[in-house]
Amino acid sequence: MISLEVPKKFEQLVSQAHMVATEIFRANSRKYDLAEHTYPKELDMLAAAIDGMNEGGGIGGAGVGTVGSASGGNGASTRERTGNRNGSNMASLLGLIELCWGDVGLLLTMPRQGLGQAAIAAVANEEQLKRFGGKWAAMAITEPEAGSDSAAIRTTARYDEDSDEYVLNGEKIFVTSGDRADLIVVWATLDASKGRAAIKSFVVERNNPGLKLDRLEHKLGIRASDTANFVLEDCRVPKENLLGSPEIAPKAGFSGVMQTFDNTRPLVAGMAIGVARACLDRTRELLEEAGLRIDYDLPLHAQPAAAAEFISMESDWEAARLLTLRAAWMADNRKPNSLEASMAKAKAGRVGTDVALRCVALAGAIGYGQGELLEKWARDVKILDIFEGTQQIQLLIISRLLLGRTSAELK
Amino acid sequence: MSYQQNLAERGMTIGLRALNWLAASDLLDRLGLREPTERLLHGASKTTTRTAARAGRTFAAAQKLSRPARQPRAERSDLFDLEPTEEQQMLRDSVREFALAKLRPAAEAADEGCATPGELLSQANELGLSMVGVPEELGGAVEERSAVTAVLMSEALAEGDMGIAVACLAPAGVSTAISLWGDGEQQSTYLPEFVSENVPAAALALLEPRALFDPFTLSTRARREGDGYVLDGVKSLVPRAPDGELFIVGAELEDGGPALFIVESKTEGISVEPEPAMGVRAGGTGRLIFEDVKLPASALLGGGDPAVYSECVQLGRIGWCALAVGTGQAVLDYVIRYVNDRRAFGEPISNRQAVAFTVANIAIELDGMRLATYRAASRADQSLSFGREAALAHRLCAECGVAIGSDGVQLLGGHGYVKEHPVERWYRDLRAVGLMEGALLV
Repeated sequence: MISLEVPKKFEQLVSQAHMVATEIFRANSRKYDLAEHTYPKELDMLAAAIDGMNEGGGIGGAGVGTVGSASGGNGASTRERTGNRNGSNMASLLGLIELCWGDVGLLLTMPRQGLGQAAIAAVANEEQLKRFGGKWAAMAITEPEAGSDSAAIRTTARYDEDSDEYVLNGEKIFVTSGDRADLIVVWATLDASKGRAAIKSFVVERNNPGLKLDRLEHKLGIRASDTANFVLEDCRVPKENLLGSPEIAPKAGFSGVMQTFDNTRPLVAGMAIGVARACLDRTRELLEEAGLRIDYDLPLHAQPAAAAEFISMESDWEAARLLTLRAAWMADNRKPNSLEASMAKAKAGRVGTDVALRCVALAGAIGYGQGELLEKWARDVKILDIFEGTQQIQLLIISRLLLGRTSAELK
Repeated sequence: MSYQQNLAERGMTIGLRALNWLAASDLLDRLGLREPTERLLHGASKTTTRTAARAGRTFAAAQKLSRPARQPRAERSDLFDLEPTEEQQMLRDSVREFALAKLRPAAEAADEGCATPGELLSQANELGLSMVGVPEELGGAVEERSAVTAVLMSEALAEGDMGIAVACLAPAGVSTAISLWGDGEQQSTYLPEFVSENVPAAALALLEPRALFDPFTLSTRARREGDGYVLDGVKSLVPRAPDGELFIVGAELEDGGPALFIVESKTEGISVEPEPAMGVRAGGTGRLIFEDVKLPASALLGGGDPAVYSECVQLGRIGWCALAVGTGQAVLDYVIRYVNDRRAFGEPISNRQAVAFTVANIAIELDGMRLATYRAASRADQSLSFGREAALAHRLCAECGVAIGSDGVQLLGGHGYVKEHPVERWYRDLRAVGLMEGALLV
C-alpha cells in the first residue's frame, strides 16, 4: 500500500535525534563555526552515549559511519508481513536528517562516524572488520589533480616484498576529519598504467610517520568539521591493510570502491534536507513574527509574494526529501538504486543551497547577520552539492543511465 | 452562417466533435465541403455560440437510501511503501495499455476538434473510471476509498493524452464527490447512473473566468429562496460542457461561504458556450452560464460545509497533479528516444551534456512531482490532513510540469514546434495544471 509517511517504528528514533540536534548540536553551532579547527569536545560524550545506544538498539545508525554496513544489513529482522521493508537505510537517513537540522558541520565530525567506515564496511574482509571496525576512519580520495575524476588519482602504492608492506607516496586533499580520525582510508594505484582496476584502498593509521599533515583548510562553511591535506612520503602499511583483493582485475576493483557511494549519496542528500529544513523552520517563524500568514489552500498568486515563495521552496524541499526517502527505501528492499540515489543527491544538493540562500534573503538583515544561524546554514549547505559527487557528476550518472550512454559517449 | 443559426434555433448543441469527425473524413473532400466546414469550425472557436444546456437524462432514485453509503477508509499505514497494491497495479496497467493504444493515436484529432470521440469515452468507461470512488453497495468497483487508485489511473490515462483523460475523468470527479459528501437521497438519485453502462457526461465546475482567480472567493452566488437556492454566475473551462448532463458547481452560499451544488443541466436558466483553450482541448471545455437558476434544497452537497469545499479543491488539485505526472512521463519517454536517434555533428545529440542534462532534469523533477502527488493522495486515504501536501504537489506539478513541457519542445528544436510530434500538444496541455481548479477530483 502506497504511503510516504515516516514509519511509526522510527518515530522514536527521530525524536531522540531531534533532541540531540537541539541540545548538543544547535547549542554549539555558532561556537565552532567561529572557532574553526577547535575540536568540539562536547561530541566525545555524545559519541560515547551513541555507542551505548547503538548497542541497545536506540538511536543506532543515525550517523554516517554505520551506514555502509547497514545497507541490506538487518533487513531480515524487520521484514514485514507484506514483504515491504523499512530497515536501517531509512533509519539512518531519518536520524541523519534530524541531526543535520541541528548542525551538519558537527555531524560530519562526530567521532567514529567518518565516511571511512562506510568504505571499510563495503570491501573489508572479516579479519579487517575486526581490526578496524568501530574506529574513527576518515576517507582520503581527492588529490590536487583528481577530484570528481577519481580514476585519475596519482598516489602510488608499491608492494615491498622484503617487508611485506605497501609503500604509499602522493598527496591527498579534502580529508574530512583527517587530523581527528584514528584511521585514514587512502585510495592509491598499484599501477598507474592500468587505470581504474589498479586503484585500491589502504588503511593508514593516523600516527603513521609517513603520513604528514600539510595543513587544515579554512572553509566557507562546515567549519566545525576539519578538512585536512596530507602528504604521504614512503608511508608504509602492512599488506593486510589493503581492503579487498590485491588482484588488478578489470572492473571488479574500482566498482567495489565506487559502491561505497551508492550507499552514501542518499545520506548526503539527507544532510541537505536537514539543513534546508532548519532554514525553512526558522524562516517561517521569522515571517510569522513579521505578520505573514501562509495559507496552503490559497493559490500562490492570491497570497503575498513571500508566502508564495515559501510554499514554493517548501515544495522543492518536499520533492528532494521524498526522492531521498525513496532511494533509502529501495536500498532497504534490495532494489538497485544507483539512478534514484543520484537523483536524490542532485535534487537535494541544489534545493538545499537554493532554499538556504533564499531564506537568508527573506529574513533580510536578520538572515544575513551572525545573530541568527541562517547565514551559517547557507554557507554550510553548499558543500552538500559538491562532495560525494557534485551536482554535475550526478547529472552525468543520471543521464548516462537514462539514455543508455557510456562514459566514452557522454563525457 | 445561417446553418449555424439554424442549429442554435433548434436548441441543439453544436458538436465540434462531430464536425471534427466530419472534417477528418474524405467525404468532405468528395462533396467539396471542406472549406465552408473549416470556416464554420473557425467561427465556432472564435465567436460565442451560446446555447441552452442540453436536455439530459432524468435522474431519479429507484430506491432511496436512508443513510449515505461510504467507502471505508484504510487504516493508517505503519510503513513507508511505494509499491501499489495488486489491484492498483492491475487497474493502472490496464488503463495505461488502453491509453497508449487508443488515446495517443486519437489525441491529435481530438485536440484539433475540441472533443473526445464518443466511442473512446464509452471504452474508457468500461475501465471503471467512474466507479472507483463509488461505495461497493452502490455498485462501485473498489472496496476502500482510494485517492491513490484514482491518481494511478489518471496518471496512466494522461500518459496517452491529457485532454482525452480530462474528458474521460470528469464524470469520475462527480461520482466520487457524491460518494464522499452526498446524502442518501443524492447518492441514490445520481450514483446508479455512474455505475451504469451509459455514464453521464458530468464535471465539477469551480473555475471562473477572471485573472487571479481564487477558488475560495467565488463570484458565482447561491441565494436562498424558499427551501431552495437561486444560482447566478459563470463557470469557466468546464470539461464536457457541451454534452454535460450533470455538474457540481461551486458557489458562494448566502451567509455560508463557498459551497457545492449538484446541478442538472436541463434546469432552466443554464446555457453553455464552447470555450476552446490553449490545451486540454479534447476535454471539450466550455463556459456554463447560470441565470436565475432555481435549485431545490437537495442540490446542496455536503450540507454546505466549508471543510467539504476545501477538501474538494484539494482533491481536484491532486487530480491535476496526476495528469501532469502522466503527461510528463510521456514527454520524458519521447525525448529519450528522440535525442538518442537525432544526430548532429556526426553523433547522437544525447552525447552532449546540454541535451543529456536537460533529460536528466526532466526525470528528476518528474519523479519529485510523482512522489509528492502520491503522498498527498495517500494521506487523503489514511484520513490524515492533506491540504499542505496537495498544495506542495500542485506547485511542483504546475511549475515543473510547464518546464518539462517547454524542455520537451526545446529538445526537438524546430521539429518540436510543429504538429508532426506530440510535444507541442504536451507543452500546451501542461500549462493547464497550474491554473485549473476543480474539473477533476480524485
